[in-house]
Amino acid sequence: MSLFLIVALPFVGSLLPGLMNSAGRNACAGVTFMITLTALVGLLTNLPAVLAGEVVQTGVTWLPDLGLNVTLMLDGLGFFFACLILGIGLLIITYGRFYLSRKDNMGEFFTYLLLFQGAMVGIVLSDNILLLIVFWELTSLSSFLLIGYWKHLPEGRQGARMALTVTGMGGLALIGGALILGNIAGSYDLSVILQNREAIQASPMYLPALILILLGCFTKSAQFPFHFWLPHAMAAPTPVSAYLHSATMVKAGIFLMARLWPVLSGTPEWFVIVTTAGLITMVLGAVIALFKHDLKSLLAFSTVSHLGLITMLLGTGTAFGAMAAMFHILNHATFKAALFMSAGIIDHEAHTRDIRRLGGLRKLMPVTFVIATLAALSMAGIPFLNGFLSKEMMLEEAERTVLFSSPYLVPALATFGSLFSAAYCFRLIGHTFFGPVRDDYPATPHDPPVGMWGPPALLVVIVVAIGVAPFLAEPFIKTVTASVLGDAAEVPKNYFKIWHGFVPALFMSIIAVVGGLIVMAIYKPLQAAWDATPRPEAKTIFEAVIASAVALAKALTHPLHNGAFTRYAAIFAITVIAISYHAWTTGTVGAPTRAVQPAGVVEIAGWALLVTATLGMVVLHRHRLLSLILIGIVGLMVSVGFVVFSAPDLAMTQLTVEVVTIILLLLALNFLPNRTPVESPVLMRMRDAGIAIVGGLATFALAFHYMLRDTVAPSISEFHIANSYKGGGGTNMVNVILVDFRGFDTYGEIIVLGIAALLIFALTEALLNGPVRARLLNRLPDQPRAGDMHPMMMVVMTRVIMPLVMLVGFYIFLRGHNEPGGGFIAGLVVSIGFVMQYMASGFAWTSSRLRYPYHGVIGAGVLVAGLTGIGSWFFAKPFLTSDFTYVRIPPFNEFELATAALFDVGVFLAVVGAVMLSLESFSRLARRAHVEDPEHPMDINPSRDDAPKAEA
Amino acid sequence: MSFAPADLMNYALMGAFAITALSQIMAVIRLWIGPSTADRILALDTMVINAIGLIVLLGIYQGTQIYFEATLIIAMLGFVSTIAYARFVLRGDIIE
Repeated sequence: MSLFLIVALPFVGSLLPGLMNSAGRNACAGVTFMITLTALVGLLTNLPAVLAGEVVQTGVTWLPDLGLNVTLMLDGLGFFFACLILGIGLLIITYGRFYLSRKDNMGEFFTYLLLFQGAMVGIVLSDNILLLIVFWELTSLSSFLLIGYWKHLPEGRQGARMALTVTGMGGLALIGGALILGNIAGSYDLSVILQNREAIQASPMYLPALILILLGCFTKSAQFPFHFWLPHAMAAPTPVSAYLHSATMVKAGIFLMARLWPVLSGTPEWFVIVTTAGLITMVLGAVIALFKHDLKSLLAFSTVSHLGLITMLLGTGTAFGAMAAMFHILNHATFKAALFMSAGIIDHEAHTRDIRRLGGLRKLMPVTFVIATLAALSMAGIPFLNGFLSKEMMLEEAERTVLFSSPYLVPALATFGSLFSAAYCFRLIGHTFFGPVRDDYPATPHDPPVGMWGPPALLVVIVVAIGVAPFLAEPFIKTVTASVLGDAAEVPKNYFKIWHGFVPALFMSIIAVVGGLIVMAIYKPLQAAWDATPRPEAKTIFEAVIASAVALAKALTHPLHNGAFTRYAAIFAITVIAISYHAWTTGTVGAPTRAVQPAGVVEIAGWALLVTATLGMVVLHRHRLLSLILIGIVGLMVSVGFVVFSAPDLAMTQLTVEVVTIILLLLALNFLPNRTPVESPVLMRMRDAGIAIVGGLATFALAFHYMLRDTVAPSISEFHIANSYKGGGGTNMVNVILVDFRGFDTYGEIIVLGIAALLIFALTEALLNGPVRARLLNRLPDQPRAGDMHPMMMVVMTRVIMPLVMLVGFYIFLRGHNEPGGGFIAGLVVSIGFVMQYMASGFAWTSSRLRYPYHGVIGAGVLVAGLTGIGSWFFAKPFLTSDFTYVRIPPFNEFELATAALFDVGVFLAVVGAVMLSLESFSRLARRAHVEDPEHPMDINPSRDDAPKAEA
Repeated sequence: MSFAPADLMNYALMGAFAITALSQIMAVIRLWIGPSTADRILALDTMVINAIGLIVLLGIYQGTQIYFEATLIIAMLGFVSTIAYARFVLRGDIIE
């Protein structure tokens, strides 16, 4: 199967579980299972090529200028990880089906899981390192959703946030590292980067790149000092913990280290940083794990410890170390996923994961007991189980590693870590399953259905199979190792076997197991000592760091952004004036090239009205209704001004917008006091007045200077004038710009308009459904109500004028392309026609006659505009390419048909929907409880009393 | 005394401009002194009507029909805001 398909399947498939949600839990899990299975089968079809040592590659260019292309490759390493992700994914899906309760939304869970799966597969199959980072971030996001899946649990939300913060910051560092790496290699394709070992390691930017990339890897793979997020992510449902936090996501960092191993490893810097971090993580994780009482916490720290082990092996930089690392990844994935699922089973059946409340489960849950014990013994490194083999290889490698010029440091610490590792495994088995059967379990434990124990059992079969017959895994692991090593080193010849003879590694192993048993024997005093030791609490530190970062950000932004509009406006005005003044004093101003035009009486009168109204606003702005009337004058005079300066389109838009705005503001004013109270002190108002005057004068000066001069460069309007008819087929340049030249902008704008209207609707809806509802319904008018609710004259008049308004709207729409008009103005005109009906005949009467909801009208508008744009794809043209032609249908004259007109229909619909939805939402707020909905459109029924009744 | 028709037209036009502008200014004065809100709303309504006149006159003066849609829209929809103001003053709620 094509690699594209393997990566795309989980993403595309992630739509299905949500859709299948209502079809039942089995259908939902089944479809998820089938998607994963298909992807896995598709992957396996590439197995022969991979085993033959080929690298399967495929790709298309995406953003070649940025070096970001969708190129995928499949080699041994990628195949190995993809197999783990999809294979364990299948088991997890089966397990999750039975784990989730009826209360959990299964579709949501599996949708997130598939998104995560797709992102993970994307990481391991990416050839382009930038593409890899895209998928990398997607895993962070989807794991955030998965960890926080139980939204009602605060730990879940906090853990999700912590995981996202830590891995997100690591991702940021990784981007930097990847960019440097790509810069050195001259390409962002991994296949090219991997060929440039010498160039990269010789570059002075090697160390920064290494550190940044390792930051990404260490945060993702929970290496010290970023290990703390993983245990907190355990608030996730157990299938998530088993999948993300043992088998797949936390291995992404390790995957990347292995992927870049040929170019990054082998230097002293790599060796010191990676080995040390791995070693510390391994020991620290093992020690903490021993003293954790929560089963999942214990397993989380043990995962941290094992990830440290793998990191350390990669850090040694030897081929044998890399091979041991790959082998341990396989083994760890099998036994740890089995253990997590067992912990989930215990939690599910006994309703607790606290080891102190468990014990004696051996007899109650025999199946679980066998599974968990075999997996835990494998983790402890007991022979004939796969954990033993890779641990032995690790010890062998540790024994040869000299860190900080001490030949004993690494072996001693590795043995110490293994000792604790064995100890917590024994504790897990001993304190959970052995001991007397208790009578105070929160629930009666018993073995779960086969759907839950089957998946871990299958994994344990692999654990034992590899443990007994290591040669089964050997060829595969060697293929994987070969692709890790690339050309940098030869695959080691060592055979995987249980018995190596009396080598140091065996003695270290024996020390670890025996030591582990001794630690178990003296566990009680050890635990007491541990509890008595003060330790830094990672979560507290993390929260303190976050809190101080927030405080710092607030200290920086609060002086500028305190929520008061006057402050923003003042800062903005001062900044712009200062910059303009700087430009004015340092730049040169050419001589005026145009003469000042003479002003007639009418112009001066209009100007005087505008000034008067504005000054009136300044004086009367605290009286809200009066200031609204004054705004009406300003709007009117501006419209007339547009006419005087030959911009009829603008004038029409301004006029209609004016009407709609006033209605909207009046609707809102109904809920507000009549007067704005004085809130700011006199000095502050003086200061603001000063800023306003300076700002006004500056704007005047700029406009005056600008209008007296020609532009320095030819202005863009010349292009529009030249091409409006030729290219857009319309003589009205404004309209052609809106629907053609700048069609994409307009498309964005109508979407924004629609979103704004929907937001208004959502906010008022929330108000109406909330505690405010009762207050709104029982609100009494603040002044006596005069006159009729629905005066007859107004009803009749608006009815009569309605068809006329529609006709004018239609006319303005049609002529828009060549004469002033267009979809936007027509939309406003038609909306006002509707609003008139609301005002005259009332809300109830009008909305009961409404056939299409306004949301749908907005959606239809955006859709029509979008489809018009997409239509041009069918003619192999870019989005929103317009076309027009002239047709003649007798008896009419020849007329023009343009795709832009179709686009304009979309604009029209979106405008009508948005205006009506926002007005309607506001007026819904004003509905009152004590006012009955009238039966008739008018307050007086004009039909004669003796008119024949309808039913007669 | 004899006028050429074009002159007559021009004088009439100038006169109309002056009268409309004057009435516009007087409407503003009414709006300014009030005293009641109803006076002010009526003043604004008068100004809207005068604006139609001004734009039509401008069209005649420039000999173009391109502004007539603007006047059509004012004539057809300008009253809506007046009604809205009036409803607000009388009933508070403009859509009941």
